Amino acid sequence: MKKSIKKLISVIAATVAVGSMLVGCGGSTSSSGSSKGGDVTLTYAIWDKNQEPGMRAMADAFEKKNPGIKVNVEVTAWDQYWTKLDAAASGGSLPDVFWMHPNQAARYASNSVLLDITDKIKSSSLVSLDKFPKDLVKVYENDGKNYAIPKDFDTIGLWYNKTLFDEAGVAYPTDKWTWDDLLNASKKLTNAEKGIYGFGAPMDLQQGFDNFIFQNGGQVLSDDKTKSGFDTKAVKDTMQWYIDLSLKEKVSPTQNQFSENTYTAFFESGKTAMGLFGSWMLSEFGANEYVAKNCDVAVLPQGKQRATIYNGLGNAIAANTTHKEEAWKFVEYLGSEEANKIQAESGVAIPAYEGTTDAWMKTQTKFNSKVYAEMLAYAKINPYSKETDKWQTAEKEALLKAFTGEASVSDACDEAAKKVNEILATEK
Amino acid sequence: MISKNESIAEMPKNKNITTKKKISKSTLNEWKWAYIMIFPTFIGLMVLNIIPAIQTLFLSFEKAGAFGKSTWVGLDNYKKLFQDAAVMRAVFNTLEYAIISVPAIVILSLIVAVLLNKKVKGTTIYRTIYFLPMVAAPAAIAMVWRWLFNSQYGLINYVLSIIGINGPKWITDPNVAIISIAIVGIWSAIGYNMVLLLAGLQEIPKDYYEAASIDGASPLRQFFTITIPLVSPTMFFVVVTSVISAFQVFDVIFMMIDKTSTALESTQSLVYLFYKYSFVLNDKGYGSAIVMLLLAIIMIVTVIQVKCQKKWVNY
Repeated sequence: MKKSIKKLISVIAATVAVGSMLVGCGGSTSSSGSSKGGDVTLTYAIWDKNQEPGMRAMADAFEKKNPGIKVNVEVTAWDQYWTKLDAAASGGSLPDVFWMHPNQAARYASNSVLLDITDKIKSSSLVSLDKFPKDLVKVYENDGKNYAIPKDFDTIGLWYNKTLFDEAGVAYPTDKWTWDDLLNASKKLTNAEKGIYGFGAPMDLQQGFDNFIFQNGGQVLSDDKTKSGFDTKAVKDTMQWYIDLSLKEKVSPTQNQFSENTYTAFFESGKTAMGLFGSWMLSEFGANEYVAKNCDVAVLPQGKQRATIYNGLGNAIAANTTHKEEAWKFVEYLGSEEANKIQAESGVAIPAYEGTTDAWMKTQTKFNSKVYAEMLAYAKINPYSKETDKWQTAEKEALLKAFTGEASVSDACDEAAKKVNEILATEK
Repeated sequence: MISKNESIAEMPKNKNITTKKKISKSTLNEWKWAYIMIFPTFIGLMVLNIIPAIQTLFLSFEKAGAFGKSTWVGLDNYKKLFQDAAVMRAVFNTLEYAIISVPAIVILSLIVAVLLNKKVKGTTIYRTIYFLPMVAAPAAIAMVWRWLFNSQYGLINYVLSIIGINGPKWITDPNVAIISIAIVGIWSAIGYNMVLLLAGLQEIPKDYYEAASIDGASPLRQFFTITIPLVSPTMFFVVVTSVISAFQVFDVIFMMIDKTSTALESTQSLVYLFYKYSFVLNDKGYGSAIVMLLLAIIMIVTVIQVKCQKKWVNY
């Protein structure tokens, strides 16, 4: 019976899939048929439901300027987005325009799934890559060619719970804070009886130790992306300090606790007084009553130098789209100052276009979110290579032993470096 | 009538041909309909099961590049497979899970089936309750259990703390986690197997029990000498399917054990590793090799079971 139900479900799923494919075919033929009359429908695939209204507003403005081109904004949740895009790329049925993520960009670009838009950008009067953060433009380059135009950026900030700070009589974080200030405040905030911790230090790269590695002058990957930096002293010292927060100083829940309850849940329920969170959390925190009422965000404390991790999405075109010109027109428009202003006013993501962040700051009323945009001045790009997912997984697996105290931090870092180097060697 | 006479007259000459023709006509018709009737299932089986299985076999000899561009590497994936400590650990974990869960599933569902086979008030309600886990979505079940198992805020440890027991870290302690997973697996499988066994029990004629009680056999004796042997064909089916689904355990692990959990190494099953390599790390070739290893293990175990059934199954 279990089998037959499974089979029944799979048969239904297959029918639906085939059916929708047929519908899809019908749709595309009709659009290409009518394109003779001048009407083209582009599909714009994105993964963030929160950003849909903003994207729609940009598409509307574009449609007004370009009669005859229609844009369908299609939202697929992050979890399915890449599976779907991977399958579509293998089957040659990609959406015309879609969001790209730095972790995936090199893989897509080097397999000629994305359209090379280098020349188009050069001859464009609307778009200039100088207006975008330099490293972010580089993320979407492959062999010196451009494959996407940056859309937005995100940085990491220090969130704190004002109520818990007041109760413990600790002053709120300032932009002068150092690592020691963070640790001292965390010690005062930690209340073992109530189960409250001063800080959340989970095993997380972007919203965790990577920020501190850069602040300590270390590197996650070497500049030419052939070596891991985890066997260097700067990284090992950082990791020792970071892991001590939970294991030695006990001002943070341990990784064991984080694997049962996410560190976001810890912060949202007032069990950790501080934590690092990316700017993409703003909409979730704004919607959370407790956080909106009790918490705020500040710049990251500084180590030897100031640093935060930044990252950003890009708009890319499928290499095999039948509407190359129209798709480029749309992406060109998305990369223009005007479109970035519309994106800024939607207030969800920080636009990547230079000078449009002020408009975004004006939309931020709940939290001191402007720190996210300000930190871009000294932000480091999130470490990436062609196989980012692979080495990140290997790195985390090796470091887990240090986070649980099974292995010394130094040994775990050496192991992580070895594993990452092996993966980087296969990339080339 | 005339035609009948004619055919009779002709019979000695080409008897073979006519009979052949006659049979083949009706049989052909029957065959035609049979084929038409099984065609949808056949297509479904081919497209959804058999073709993908063959493709997986081919994929396991390839190094998967991005977007379906693969290169033939022969036995490289298999060589890597047998040197990979994580895979060997996963084989051990999978076997451990099967050894813990299958006997418990079979014994408990048999006990429940026997109890529900009695004429008690409200059997339908009990049957429904036991079958409910089967109807609920596995992912939802795992999420609820994950909350129950939470070592700090979970209900189970709260109840244990009331009676003065310091509960274990159910899903993060490497030694306990596999048992926690088995508990969920057993809990959700009992209902389904109970229904199967119940059907088997109801086929046993009541006379046997009457005769046995007249002869003075105790209920326990009746259970072992009448119930068990007569329900053994159903039990065989239950054992075989339980073993196979135990080897394929994935969803509970995936939902309950966090990717950064310390217990993952000691709980990840072969299917979990297959998922990790094929869909997280995009190494579909190696993932396929892992799933081929699983297929081989399941086939060997099932063949052994079929061979051994003569010893204990009474048809």
